[in-house]
Amino acid sequence: MIPLSHYLVLSAVLFALSVVGVFLNRKNLVIILMAIELLLLAVNINFVAFSHYLGDPAGQVFVFFILTVAAAEAAIGLAILILLFRNRHSINVQDLDQLKG
Amino acid sequence: MSLVAEDILIVLPEIIVSLMACLILVLDLYLPARLRAWTSFSLALVTLLITVLIILSNSDSNSVVGLNSLVVKDRISDLLKAGICLFSAVVFVYSRRYALERGFWRGEYVVLGLFGVVGMMIMTSAYHLLTVYIGVELLALCLYAMVGMQRDSIPASEAAMKLFVLGALASGVLLYGMSLLYGLTGTLVISEMSTEVGQIGTPGLPLILALILVVTGLLFKIGAVPFHMWVPDVYEGAPTSTTLFLAAAPKLAACAMILRLLAEGLEGLFQTWQEMLIAASLFSVVLGNVVAIAQKNIKRMLAYSAISHMGFFLLGILSGTAMGYSAALTYILIYGVITLGVFGVVLTLTRQGTEADLIEDYKGLNHQHPWLAFLMLLLMFSLAGVPPTIGFYAKLSVLQSVIDAELAWVAVIAVISAVVGAFYYLRIVKIMYFESPDTGTDIQLNCGNAQHLILSLNALVVVAAMPWIGTLAEICSQAVASIR
Repeated sequence: MIPLSHYLVLSAVLFALSVVGVFLNRKNLVIILMAIELLLLAVNINFVAFSHYLGDPAGQVFVFFILTVAAAEAAIGLAILILLFRNRHSINVQDLDQLKG
Repeated sequence: MSLVAEDILIVLPEIIVSLMACLILVLDLYLPARLRAWTSFSLALVTLLITVLIILSNSDSNSVVGLNSLVVKDRISDLLKAGICLFSAVVFVYSRRYALERGFWRGEYVVLGLFGVVGMMIMTSAYHLLTVYIGVELLALCLYAMVGMQRDSIPASEAAMKLFVLGALASGVLLYGMSLLYGLTGTLVISEMSTEVGQIGTPGLPLILALILVVTGLLFKIGAVPFHMWVPDVYEGAPTSTTLFLAAAPKLAACAMILRLLAEGLEGLFQTWQEMLIAASLFSVVLGNVVAIAQKNIKRMLAYSAISHMGFFLLGILSGTAMGYSAALTYILIYGVITLGVFGVVLTLTRQGTEADLIEDYKGLNHQHPWLAFLMLLLMFSLAGVPPTIGFYAKLSVLQSVIDAELAWVAVIAVISAVVGAFYYLRIVKIMYFESPDTGTDIQLNCGNAQHLILSLNALVVVAAMPWIGTLAEICSQAVASIR
């Protein structure tokens, strides 16, 4: 049986990758959306692993809710992306510079 | 596992508001265009007011946990739910004309607002990490859409994108912390988690990591330093009606969430999270007040002011006593009332084509509209915390609780920054009263009689409520008594 720690390390790596993906990426907003999805998937791995290890199904139920919310979030994120592209004709992160001060 | 009437009663407000939101969504499709704007507006108002009545009539001192311990109904949830519904109703009244003129007052806007209210109410009564998360996300998804509602506005779409990315990141971080807490305590129910955490003597590294992630998520949601980057941009870029919506009621919901997660669920880690909150609250108070001085846009200035007020709110939480929690609850309610009034004034001065969001737009307001200038004066004094207003009492009670928790140095820094903050609030008063308007500009008011009446009442409350402030404090201290 694969020990719990392997799952936790995997999810920690995914989590770190996605946070880095949000902050270091200066080019494309779509990559940020992908990083956010990855973040939620990292959390899901954690929940499933803990749930199996603890023998408690509540964690797996939580995962279904996260998946649903992630789908809604992706929908709204893409909608905002299209809105932005219509107004600015660019989805470059560096072009988001109207608001500052 | 069966559903009983008691369970239904706990979530009755949420059920009513969600059903009515669905109804408005459908009605909006079938009604002729000239009826639409009115029906959705009046139905939403009636729904919110009826919900307030239902909450108040069902309110009692028992705290009931229901729906397989997913939700709880106690005094905190009753008080905050009533506040959220009332504040949102006022928001709808203020924002209708603004949104109509800019062409985004459609049924969806109202429906999104109502679903946001449902999300906030779920947050206030959540007693399980799952319900906390669902409430947070329901509110956040509605807010993203409401910020981007003015589709032809470039700042609005940019603000929506920033709010979306940072909000989703914050939920992800909060969720990661929750998953670690679940693994370490083996439960998702907040009361059971509290027992489990209490049994651990000195917390290990994993538990502290989980706590850091949860606190980070919470600070992001209320917009405290160092996770405040989204606040000014979103306040400035969003349509003013949406700024008003996200500035008042969601803070109440976040207050409930912080009380339940930190003060109740993670009470055993109090020492650790107190240190984090001291840092966050001091940085918020100082940075918010100092940076606000440099702002030219009133919405951006109010955003920095919101950051500093969240710092003051955290002062109450971090003192960790029942008195501190009740002070924080009082603070957030009072802050909500004042914010509604300030943005109400800003909305009154906008009209088609102008946003009236620059501070210099307020030059000489007193010459043309003395009453409105007077209302703004009261609100600014109240934000600054000048004595005869309720804003003073709010600051006094949180500072009192911090001093009682033997953290006098924290209180000293907070007071000094509050004095710095008074500068930019009073600058608005100076501009309104002692500067003459630019020649040729004619400031017009843009509000109906009902809106004007409610705005006047809203602003006068900050002074007129002073004799009854003891009652409010009493209600809040009874409410937090249900935490432990």
